[in-house]
Amino acid sequence: MSERPVLAVEDLTMHYSIKAGAVRAVDGVTFSIERGQALGLVGESGSGKSSIAMTLLRLLPDNAQILRGKILLDGVDIVPLSEERMREYRWNRISMIFQAAMNSLNPVYKVGEQIIEALEAHLESAREESIERVRRLYDVVNLDPGLIVRYPHEYSGGMRQRAIIAMALACEPDLIIADEPTTALDVIVQDHILREMRSIQAELDMSMIYISHDMAVIAEVSDVVGVMYAGKIVELGGTADVFHSPIHPYTRSLMSAFPSVTGKKRELGTLTGEPPNLLDPPEGCRFHPRCPYATDVCSNQEPPKVRRGNHWAACWNPQGE
Amino acid sequence: MAVSDSPPTAPRSLWAVRAALAARSFKQSWSMFRGTRIGIIGLAIILFYLLLAAAHPILMNTVWDEKIYDPVVGYAFDETRQPAPPSWSHPLGTDPLGRDVLSQLMYSARSEFMLGLLAALITVSIGTTVGAVAAYFGGVVDTVLMRLADIMIMLPGISVLIVLSALIGVEHFELALIIGILSGFGGTGVVLKSQALSVVVKPYIEAARAAGGGPVHIIFVHIVPNLLPLSFLYMMFTVTGAIFSEAVLSFLGLLNVRMSWGLMIHTTESAGYLLQVGEYWWLIFPASLSITLLCSSFYLVGRSLDEVVNPRLRRS
Amino acid sequence: MTLDIAKLVPSLDSRILLKVEGLRKYYRATANRFRRNRGLIHAVDGIDFEVAKDESLGLVGESGCGKTTTGKLLVRLIDPTAGRILLNPGQQQPTDIATLKGKPLKAFRRKVQIIFQDPYESMNPRRTIFDTVAEPLKVQKMGGTLEHLDRVSHMLELVGLTPPSTFLFRYPHELSGGQRQRVAIARALIVEPAFVVADEPTSMLDVSIRTGVMRLMEELAARLGIGYLYITHDLAVARYVCDRIAVMYLGKIVEVGETEELLQRPKHPYTQALLSAVPVPDPTFTRPPVRIKGGVSVPVDPPDQCRFYSRCPLADDFCRDNPHPPLEDKGAGQLAACYKA
Repeated sequence: MSERPVLAVEDLTMHYSIKAGAVRAVDGVTFSIERGQALGLVGESGSGKSSIAMTLLRLLPDNAQILRGKILLDGVDIVPLSEERMREYRWNRISMIFQAAMNSLNPVYKVGEQIIEALEAHLESAREESIERVRRLYDVVNLDPGLIVRYPHEYSGGMRQRAIIAMALACEPDLIIADEPTTALDVIVQDHILREMRSIQAELDMSMIYISHDMAVIAEVSDVVGVMYAGKIVELGGTADVFHSPIHPYTRSLMSAFPSVTGKKRELGTLTGEPPNLLDPPEGCRFHPRCPYATDVCSNQEPPKVRRGNHWAACWNPQGE
Repeated sequence: MAVSDSPPTAPRSLWAVRAALAARSFKQSWSMFRGTRIGIIGLAIILFYLLLAAAHPILMNTVWDEKIYDPVVGYAFDETRQPAPPSWSHPLGTDPLGRDVLSQLMYSARSEFMLGLLAALITVSIGTTVGAVAAYFGGVVDTVLMRLADIMIMLPGISVLIVLSALIGVEHFELALIIGILSGFGGTGVVLKSQALSVVVKPYIEAARAAGGGPVHIIFVHIVPNLLPLSFLYMMFTVTGAIFSEAVLSFLGLLNVRMSWGLMIHTTESAGYLLQVGEYWWLIFPASLSITLLCSSFYLVGRSLDEVVNPRLRRS
Repeated sequence: MTLDIAKLVPSLDSRILLKVEGLRKYYRATANRFRRNRGLIHAVDGIDFEVAKDESLGLVGESGCGKTTTGKLLVRLIDPTAGRILLNPGQQQPTDIATLKGKPLKAFRRKVQIIFQDPYESMNPRRTIFDTVAEPLKVQKMGGTLEHLDRVSHMLELVGLTPPSTFLFRYPHELSGGQRQRVAIARALIVEPAFVVADEPTSMLDVSIRTGVMRLMEELAARLGIGYLYITHDLAVARYVCDRIAVMYLGKIVEVGETEELLQRPKHPYTQALLSAVPVPDPTFTRPPVRIKGGVSVPVDPPDQCRFYSRCPLADDFCRDNPHPPLEDKGAGQLAACYKA
């Protein structure tokens, strides 16, 4: 594990400028992923988790600016790269499974054609070679190769999601970012897809970033978990550490509010208030207005990182221990 | 997303609260409208013509002698030859029949407005109702209304007006009615129906039905208000269309009206001055420029309303 | 006609609020390039259940199983193909909702209300919160405007939007998702219904807000004696809000039972598969593999055999040759429709 991480993000800060001011969507985010590792980013709507994904791929709208920070992909900072250079990285080195990807297939082209097109744009391979490759990809994601020449509407939701995963795998990237990959799917299909993604990841020794609002999905698929709140990672550590001994009060309340079908039926926790407006986030710790443990210092000073082994949280009043 | 002005809190009287809410929403729309610039230009032109229209009766009652300045039966005794070029007493000259052009222009402005707004009002009332009813009921009602719309769209508007004016003598009111029906049951109705279709599938329509709301309640409380911004926009475009059609018909001498901008050009044409524009510019220029300006002003206002309306629709 | 029904079911428990018998909804499938024969979609295919006063019955299933259709049938947003929906079946004159028309239908709408999933789309963006919540009162002609103002304020307070005066004249887009869902609850409860269909009311809310809304619905049910049909795809949520759970598959109820009992000891193979597929928020927990394959299909002219036959790990020739199994008691009051369980 001493080799260079596949992805290292340092102090990444990204704002959207709108009429009313700057929306601080991603604010000083730092993390890294080793080869073969799966990082889960969990957070509620508006916590900036999808914005991180778009920033990592440099697929940002015109009104977004990366203000600070580095995105080191295998040691190369991709923030200052030109759009042309970036295009070489996208798909080849880093690819993505979008939220609602099921609907991102073009309805008027055969699904196989769409994957071949993506392949040819990046690999300059011969057509026969590409077709052979798509056949193998379909095998990997457990789709009948006969479906290659079918149109998207002839696929079910789960099949479409598999095709999208095949497309993301097409160029054998080092890193795949999956943004809510199973949110629109039923649980049984979700189970199949998640299991497949995990086995493919292990087989190809790929790195993954899973982004989800669903704590249970994150718990099952990731080795390392980052908890996001209002544009910041507030807690990061090994999945078992974060889930079993959370440090940050926000993580604790998320855990206690999340229902489970197994285990003893416990009282569900709840949080007062609403997530902050990122145009004008609270001073100090962004969670302090909703935090049951908040003290004076929380409201005016940025919280320090509290470390416990490989697990840290940004909090003035760390919990547990 | 939060609005900076806080809404009125204590319910003093329901009407006061509603008025305050309306005022707040108007203020927001107005500030957006102001930001569009072209809308302001359009509004300025409209205001200018409104002033002209309003000033005419005042001038007639005070400084202008009725015998000389009446737009229809007046005669410029003070000029030796007709048409007379612009002078101090006749700023835009006189027409071939010796009538004051400025007076005609101002007098016509009023009827142009009346015609345009009436046609627009009829169009929008019919179009909104047709759109909402077709979208809500669907099935046979929808089919009948949409086939009717196809017929209305296929009818060549100007030709129909020509035939009708030959048959029944069309005046401004009839013209407004015909334009309103053609466009309300036709194009405008179809556009508003497609908008209404996106409204009827919203869960709040189901919620209203679950509450016991009947078709009338749902159409007029839920669907129509959500169509209004778009129909207001179409109102502006109808005004443009109405003024333009009127000009064409009067120019062809087919309209039974006392005076209008189109009729002014018609008079010029029938007196044989149309091809001597360079020499007798005041016979053509004021009327045609007015038609162009007023038509485009409503169009500009419509365009900028479009900008005001659309982002809001997207947001809600 | 209502008298006949009273004779037919004279001894029903007076605690039963709603009784559904043989409810069906068939649709004509739309013909297209791929489906020439316009078969019948059996969206809801003969279901029976009861809901007691202040009980919450969860209706759980995957998308396309007919749970939302069932909800809409109960509030008569759509008309059933067959079956009876009896309100207050224990009373002398129960109402059969399934066949109501005109004035009685409008009056019935006071008794049964619905809460929708999407808090953003279920409110007219051009109407204030007051207008939205007061709408049922207005269309039912219950009192004048001033009375509406009183009742709406009181209701907003009850759902935790306090002080009500700061919410009355706001527009939906000025409220957060959680606040909007509270408004939706207020609108449903303002006419004091006896029964409420809640169609995924919390599935679009963030976790931290969800519990509050769930708890509010529970509290109000207990306080106002309301019965719920709680439609959800999320078994974990159902565990916390429902007293009993009914699992639906392709238009049929395949299992019903007390919540904990059903979750701990599921009898039907589909319920077992569904349960084992739910991810668990505990990284050290390893779920057993899900034993069924494929996805839910559309029930167009389904053959007369167990609906789950093609995906069932237990299925044998008996299941193939016999009609869809009836719901049978499998112990502890738990009913399952399976020959093998």
